[in-house]
Parts: sequence; structure tokens; C-alpha cells
Amino acid sequence: MPKYTLSVNGQTMTAEVDEDTPLLWVLRDHLNLLGTKFGCGVAQCGACTVHMNGNAIRSCVLPISAVSDNEIVTIEGLSKTGDHPLQIAWEENDVSQCGYCQAGQIMAAAALLSRNPTPSDEDIDRSMTNICRCGTHVRIRKAIHSASEKI
Amino acid sequence: MKSTISRRNFMKVSAISGGGMLLSFSFLNANANLKQTGENLFSPNAYISLNSDGKVVIMAPNPEIGQGVKTSLPMIIAEELGINWRDVKVEFAPLKDEFGRQSVGGSGSIRGRFNELRIVGATAREMLTTAAAQTWGVPVSECYAENGKIKHSPTGKSLNYGMLASKAAELAIPSSPKLKDPKDFKIIGTRVNDVDASKITSGQALFGIDTRREGMLFAMVSRPPAYGKKLKSVDDAETLKVNGVKKVIKLENSVAVLATSTWSAKKGRDALIIEWEAAEKLESSSAHFASFEKMVMDENVEPARNDGDFETTKSQASKVLDVTYEIPTLSHGQMEPLNFFADVKEHQVELYGPTQVPGSLRAQVSKKLNIPEENIKVATPRQGGGFGRKLMTDNGVEAALISAAAKSPVQVQWTREDDMQNDFYRPAEMYRFQATLSENELLGWYQSGVAIGRGARGNSYVAGALDNYRGIGQGYESNTPIGWWRAPGACTLAYVAESFMDEICVELKKDPVAFRLEIFDKAKVNPVGRLSYDPDKYKGVVEHVAKMSNWGNTPKGIFRGFSTWYSFGSYVAEVVDIELVNGKPRVVKVYCAVNCGRVINRSGAENQVQGAIVDGICHAMFPKVTFVNGAVEETNFHAYKFLRMKDAPLDIEVDFVDSDEAPAGLGEPALPPVAAALSNAIFAATGKRIRKMPFNEQLT
Ligand code: FES
Ligand code: FES
Repeated sequence: MPKYTLSVNGQTMTAEVDEDTPLLWVLRDHLNLLGTKFGCGVAQCGACTVHMNGNAIRSCVLPISAVSDNEIVTIEGLSKTGDHPLQIAWEENDVSQCGYCQAGQIMAAAALLSRNPTPSDEDIDRSMTNICRCGTHVRIRKAIHSASEKI
Repeated sequence: MKSTISRRNFMKVSAISGGGMLLSFSFLNANANLKQTGENLFSPNAYISLNSDGKVVIMAPNPEIGQGVKTSLPMIIAEELGINWRDVKVEFAPLKDEFGRQSVGGSGSIRGRFNELRIVGATAREMLTTAAAQTWGVPVSECYAENGKIKHSPTGKSLNYGMLASKAAELAIPSSPKLKDPKDFKIIGTRVNDVDASKITSGQALFGIDTRREGMLFAMVSRPPAYGKKLKSVDDAETLKVNGVKKVIKLENSVAVLATSTWSAKKGRDALIIEWEAAEKLESSSAHFASFEKMVMDENVEPARNDGDFETTKSQASKVLDVTYEIPTLSHGQMEPLNFFADVKEHQVELYGPTQVPGSLRAQVSKKLNIPEENIKVATPRQGGGFGRKLMTDNGVEAALISAAAKSPVQVQWTREDDMQNDFYRPAEMYRFQATLSENELLGWYQSGVAIGRGARGNSYVAGALDNYRGIGQGYESNTPIGWWRAPGACTLAYVAESFMDEICVELKKDPVAFRLEIFDKAKVNPVGRLSYDPDKYKGVVEHVAKMSNWGNTPKGIFRGFSTWYSFGSYVAEVVDIELVNGKPRVVKVYCAVNCGRVINRSGAENQVQGAIVDGICHAMFPKVTFVNGAVEETNFHAYKFLRMKDAPLDIEVDFVDSDEAPAGLGEPALPPVAAALSNAIFAATGKRIRKMPFNEQLT
């Protein structure tokens, strides 16, 4: 099996996996980064959202062979102590229900705020396309707005 | 308020190392318990453990599927215990008899456990109070509990719980601890954030899918591709060549592939060459609905409820409405695809994973593997949604069988496609309604419902308020499996009945809110037959939501719909405000009034209501399951469509009617009314009555 060298959360990591293995499963099964979740495997739900060079991508459909030296950041690497303004806003607004989708939601929101620090409702509608089966959308929107004020 | 622990309730207090106190509580049937375990009535388990350093650990007894009970149930204990919420650490309780009924469903966790858990907390508080009184040599009546301390009123001196724990553990258990006066509640009724909030936002919260154990293999299973098909033969030659694949296990009607990673297991599974054969009829949704259409027209079916004589009202009527509503099959689509960890050793089994019913899982695995229940450990992590899917134990049982056959600890992971094809669905349904109307009155109501499986047997609340009501429910036999889906029965009946009510209001030119109030007045003053609700409470939420939404004064550019429904002990009324954007509805605001008795966690409760409303809008608008020759056509979320942010309400305002009554259910009751409120708003906006889900297909 080929061996891949990756940059994840600012660290260099290696994994020996088949070249078609999606980044999601490399993170979860080989690098023990379990915060990134699996929901559909077909780029529909966003539970597997991570950043590649600062952009939100769906890691379930990105084969490891295509990652090369691009910088990957997962929910574990979003902030040192869980204190990214979005993480704080998520807690303050008690957003989560089951919580399963929320790492992906926060990663999607973080990418949005990094290119647009003051998103309108329409911007949020356009950018936040992840599924939340529990229906926390109203609180997600609120949390993004309140984090945006603090950035 | 005094409470009594009946003779069926058992408590045990024991000292724990480090000078702490462990309190366990059980409400098992005494005789059954004696038979099972002889003299040894109690195992060393507990809801509460107090350490000498003042730290309090409270066990959350029920599975957490996103309904917030890992937070709200411990809040009840903490309230009576008299501690600061910030000093509490919450842990999941494993499956043990002394934790009472540990299944979740039917919005029953808080409803069923409120009193029981108050007693648990009050017992410990009372023992700590006695311990302090004895230490000081003062009467107990001069001592009281506050913020983790026992205080002595006359002198103001105090001792914290940690210092009293070991002494308290030696005391006799009070038979009827005094419960707090609710006006003194400090935790119950406040806004408390989810206990796992920071773990969730930092990616540290672990779910079943995250289970990792020494020597564990990852498994994926090939199950029949259609209902009615059976396993004929399997060729695993290609599978065994896949990197990482370790074993292939043939089960009764499926094949499991075990590997060193999820991806290897999936590749191996996909490389199996399996022949499936049709062993039963291969059914299709189109045939289901064709049969339903005939069945709902049959007026000679024995009614489930029959008040007065609907037929005779036809001769007095100036108009008869006669319409049919259609509801597709739905999947649960909980975010976390099913999975389960199992480690089956010869005499010892460990099961860990998502289930709403750990007790029945244990019983079933015990039977299948012929291993006594006491040798089977079951625990549950946080779960990525439930919605009723995990009332079925197939995922856990399957994992146990695979582990037993493979003689290895195993994590069975389902793909979304596996989930979609192997669900226990919300059944497809069809309803025919008739209403007989005079110039300004509803004379009679006729409803006839058909559903796959159990049948559609519920009644609208007009039953009890009308002299002439006929309700028919029929089941349709099918080999497509059905199960429980959030607010079963109510979730669809409320849509059809409350949309039809709106049709009646339009015909009679009555205001939808005023018309409902009229009906509840009739039900109160002059009930007909059995009344299954409290008309005053119904009126209460209807009036409340009318006030919240300033009913009668619809903002410009907005179209409104109203609906109300009672389920799981709670009354809910909702107003949906929409705008039309390119001919499609955008929900801008939902107003929701709830009477669910006493609210435990205001933030969690509001979150449940908001979530249920979004859930209801989502499933009214977008997804459906279509069977074609036994196979589900919508194999993943590209075709099984969920609501996204752009379709979600911009705001949902929730208000709880003040109540001192015991808490009722809340995980489900806000869902049923919203679909009708939305369809009624769409009618207000477009003049088009939506009688078929998903609405989105009706709007193009
Ligand atoms: S798991 Fe990647 S988008 Fe759903
Ligand atoms: S919180 Fe459960 S899926 Fe979003």
C-alpha cells in the first residue's frame, strides 16, 4: 500500500492506505481524529466537512491521493482550546441536539466567516448547506451572527 | 409535599472509597427481584456519588438521542439534592436494574421519571441534613440544604456535602423524604446548556461510530437489496483479495466482511458476488397507493369510532366536502448511520452502541446467543439522532451475531445506503375525509384512513365535540417493514385532519382560530362520547399562540396558517408565516405555544420544540421513500431530500404556558401540527390546497 504524508492541524502525519481511501476514513480510522463524522459518503450532508487550505470541503469524497501537500484542518485543529468564536457562540446559544452534525456545521461556518466576517441571512442560506436532522437551523443561524459580531 | 417510597422501591447507600457516599435506587417489582437475585437485592450502583472533595457525579439513566435527557434528568436529581448545577458532573449510566426503565421513546423520559428522580435527590439531601444535625447535636428541623452545604439556621454555621458524605452513608434511608416546594426550585425551569456542549463543539464528543477497542475489526454487511429477496449464494474470492480484509462471515440472510478499517470493509463488501433470489412478493409503492385508493372508498368497514349517524347528516347538509390525502413512506434518516460494537466471548458479552432500548437488546441477544442476561453488558454512547429508528434492535443483534461468529470484537458500520434500504419505515398512508356542512355549521365528520401495517386508527379532536362522527382505520399487509417514526400516528393524522379543518373553515367562512375555540367549547359543555383531551388546555394554547402572533393582523407580504394538536400529554398550537419566493413558500417565522406541564430545562425544551418544527416542515416538504419491486429508490441524500438552511424558518418563537402540573412529553408533540399550519399558509398564499406529501412536488 502506498504511504501518504499529510499536513493535518499543522502537524505532519503519515498513513499507509489504498489510494482511493477517502480523506474522511484516513482521518477517522488511521489518524484517530474522530471529530469528523460520516453521514452519507456522497458529499450531500456535510458531516465530514474539514478545511483544505481554508476552504470547507467534504472529506468523504476526496481520495487521499488527491490531498497531496494541501493543508487540512479538522474540528480538532480549529482552535487550541475550543475557543474559536464560533465554538463559543455554539455553546452560548446551546445549539446542539444530538450533536452529530455540529462539527461539520462549525467547520462550514468557520470557512464562511473567514471569507465573509459579516454574513447576511442570504449569505448564510447560500453557504450553510449541511444537513441537521435534529433541526437546529435557527440556533445555528443565531450563533453565526453572534460569532460574527465578535470577530 | 411528602412523598412515599413504596415497598417496591429499594434504596441502598454505601460508603465509597475516599469517604464518599453512593446512593442507589431501584423501583423493581419486589417479588420478581427476589426470585432473580435471592437475598442480594442491590448491586453497587448509583445515581449519585458524592466525593469528600464536594464533587458530585450524577448518572444520566436514559439513552441520549438528541432529546436532551442527559442534561434534564440529572437536573431533577440535582434540584432536590440541593447543589449548584456547576458542581455536577454527569455520566451515562450503564444498563442496570437499579436505574429503572432505561428505554427512550414516546416522549416518556421526563414524564415517566420526574417523581422518581426527585425522590432520589431528596433522599440524599435528607440524609445529609440528618448527618449534619447529628454532627452538631442540633435538631434536624433547624438545618437546611443549600448549594451543596447543610446550614444551621440559628447559628449560620455550615458543613459542605463532601464532609458529610461518609457519615450520611451510615444512616437509615428515610422512607418518605420531603420533596421541595416547587416555588423554591433553583435549577428546574431554568435554561441549562447541554452537558456535552463543549465536547460537541470541539469534536471530542464520542458516538457509537467512534468506538475503538483493542483488536477490534471493522465490519460491513451485505443485506438483501430488496424486501422479499433472500440470500442464495455468495462468492467471496474477490473480497478476500482486498487489502485489509480479514474474514467473511455468512449469516442467515446477509454476509459480513471484517477488515482492519472501515474503507477496507466497504471495498470488501462491495466486491462480494452475491446471488439473491425472490422468496416473497416484491412490492412497489405504486401498488400500495392503488390499493389504498380502493380501500378508503369502502364505507362498509367497521368503524373504530361511531358517534350519532354521519349518513343522515348528508340529507340536512347544504354541502358535502369529500377529499383524499396521501402520505408517502418515510425513512428515519438519523444523522449517524447505524452501527454497533460487540465483543462476544464465551460467557461474557459487551455491547456498546446506539439504541433507544438497551434492555430489550440485551434480552434478544441473550436469547439468540443463549448467554444469560447477567453476562451481557450494555451501554450507550451519545447517539446521532433516534426518531424511533433505534426502538428496533436489529443493528445491535446483528453486531453480536457477527462478533460471535468471527470470535472477535467488531464494530459494524452501516453506510447511508444500508440505512435507507434496511429501515423500519413510517408507513405510507391515505385518508379520505367527508364533512357535511350547513350554511354556517359543521354537521358531521367522516374519516377513513389506511396505512401499511398497523393501520390508521387515530381520531381528530372533533371526535367528542360533534354529534355525528365516523372514524375508520384499516391496515394494509405488506412485507415492507414499518416501525415508529417521531410522534407516530399523530405526525400524519394532524396534517390531514388539521388541513381538512382549514378546508371546512374556508367553506364556512370562519376564522380558523375562532372555529377551533368553538369546537373546544362544544367539547367542554356538551361532550359526545369519550373525550380524550382537556378542552380548556387546548383552548389555552390556541388563545396563547393567537396572542403571540397577533392573529388577525397578518403582516404585509406574509401568509399565515394555523394548526393545533395534542399528543404525548402536551398541547401545542402553531402559526406559520410564509412568504412566496418564486412561487415557493419560505417560512419566515413560526409561533408556537406549548402546554407540557412543568418545564425542566427551558433551553433544552425550546430546542426540542424548534427542532420538531423544523423536522415537521422538512418532512412535509421534501423527502419520500419509493419502493420499486422491494427496493428503495431513494438510496441516499441526493434523492432522499432534507431541508437545508435556505428552507429553514428564519425564526421560531416558542412560549410555554405556565403550569404547575407534572411534566408531560416534549420530544414529539411540537411536530404534528406544523405540516398542516404550513399547508394552510400555502393555501392562504396560493389558493392551492396541498393534499399530498411531499409538498414540494405539488408546488412545481
Ligand atoms: S459524509 Fe461527507 S457529505 Fe455526508
Ligand atoms: S444536532 Fe443532530 S443532526 Fe444536527
